[in-house]
Amino acid sequence: MKTPDIKAFRDRASIEPVLKEIARRASRLPSPFRIMEVCGTHTMALHKYGLARQLAESGLDMISGPGCPVCITPDGYHEAAVKLLSETENLVLASFGDMTRVPTRVGPIRNAVPARGSRLRIVYSPAEALEEARGHPEKEVVFYGAGFETTIPGIARTVEAAGETKTANFSVLGALWLIPPPLRALLESGATAVQGFLYPGHVSAIIGAGAYAFIPETYGLPGAIAGFEPGDMLLGILSVLDQAVSGRPEVANAYARVVRPEGNPQALEIMDRIFEPCDALWRGLGEIPGSGLRFRKAWIAHDAERKFRLDVRSSADDVAGCRCGDVLRGLLSPPQCPLFGKACSPDSPKGPCMVSYEGACLVHFKFARRKGTPHV
Amino acid sequence: MCLAVPARIKTIDASSRGTVDHMGVEVAVDFSLLPDSKKGDWVIVHAGFAISCLDPDEARETLKLFRDIARAGGQ
Repeated sequence: MKTPDIKAFRDRASIEPVLKEIARRASRLPSPFRIMEVCGTHTMALHKYGLARQLAESGLDMISGPGCPVCITPDGYHEAAVKLLSETENLVLASFGDMTRVPTRVGPIRNAVPARGSRLRIVYSPAEALEEARGHPEKEVVFYGAGFETTIPGIARTVEAAGETKTANFSVLGALWLIPPPLRALLESGATAVQGFLYPGHVSAIIGAGAYAFIPETYGLPGAIAGFEPGDMLLGILSVLDQAVSGRPEVANAYARVVRPEGNPQALEIMDRIFEPCDALWRGLGEIPGSGLRFRKAWIAHDAERKFRLDVRSSADDVAGCRCGDVLRGLLSPPQCPLFGKACSPDSPKGPCMVSYEGACLVHFKFARRKGTPHV
Repeated sequence: MCLAVPARIKTIDASSRGTVDHMGVEVAVDFSLLPDSKKGDWVIVHAGFAISCLDPDEARETLKLFRDIARAGGQ
């Protein structure tokens, strides 16, 4: 197979004509036209490449959605992880790096003093945590991860592999979230008036385009799945505007080189084999029916919440003064938060949106602080 | 939420484990979510798992779309 040339998706020659077409379509629509980029990685990329500002000049208001798993995980999970690490002896807590930096009432995980024989390990993949468990049968190894449909199949496969290899000392504390239910909840609440959606590229690679069909069908709103290169995002936005102009909303796929209409059936199957949907509490968004996943009965031996009797619902509040919840609902732009850039910065974050590399506050701090764009 | 990178498969074994070349660095990857993967394929890797394979024909279609838009805009 010949190398797909990623540079062509970033080329000025590719991008500028699309930006012109976007401006032309936007001029035929009421201004501002609000598009929610659901995925935090889109938020980050739109600002990193300077597109958010150019789109704003064309009358598009890009607002960030709930698609940052670190940001929407309530503090109760992190606090349960702190308790686990500081009170359980001979335990390895393995987690993604940014999860360990979220401030909570009991401090961030990385500042917790581990119990005797215990330690924190930063991992890139749940598979590394399973390797740790197999290499250290005398220790309990708990993988603590937050994720959407992109991440969950890998966690599910790791749990299955733990079962196959009879690795009884491996368990998962999962903050596992599904993307379509909060979009339905946002539309039902009417609090965030959006006129179109840019759907996440890699969640869609797993769940497929059909998962969003209810949005054009029930709510009459246009949308497009997009990749993360500048050209990918702009083609997605152009498609949303085309649908709005023609009055024919659909779920377009502007990332067909990666996203198949049916998603990844193997990944969906393994997710469904290990986990089942449940109601879940999101930071800022509250309780959303069917928006989380829990272990199916056959796999509860690897459920850390059960194994260590953790209560992840003990705390749902932001730390004092933090407005991450309002930012996540699209009600507040990061610079409008009294803490932004003052008490809260990347070196001293007060909330998860300033911690995660795709959190709206961090993105704003890094790329848009002086521009004062109304939303991220 | 889901930063994932395109990378080319270097090795793959019978247990669906292997490596990819990501910008010159060899990275361990689990291919069990993409059972039809084979050496030389381009895949999207997220948190140690290959989640989707890249379709070069679709990539070319998208690049053609950019050219078409540029041409139409010039008229």
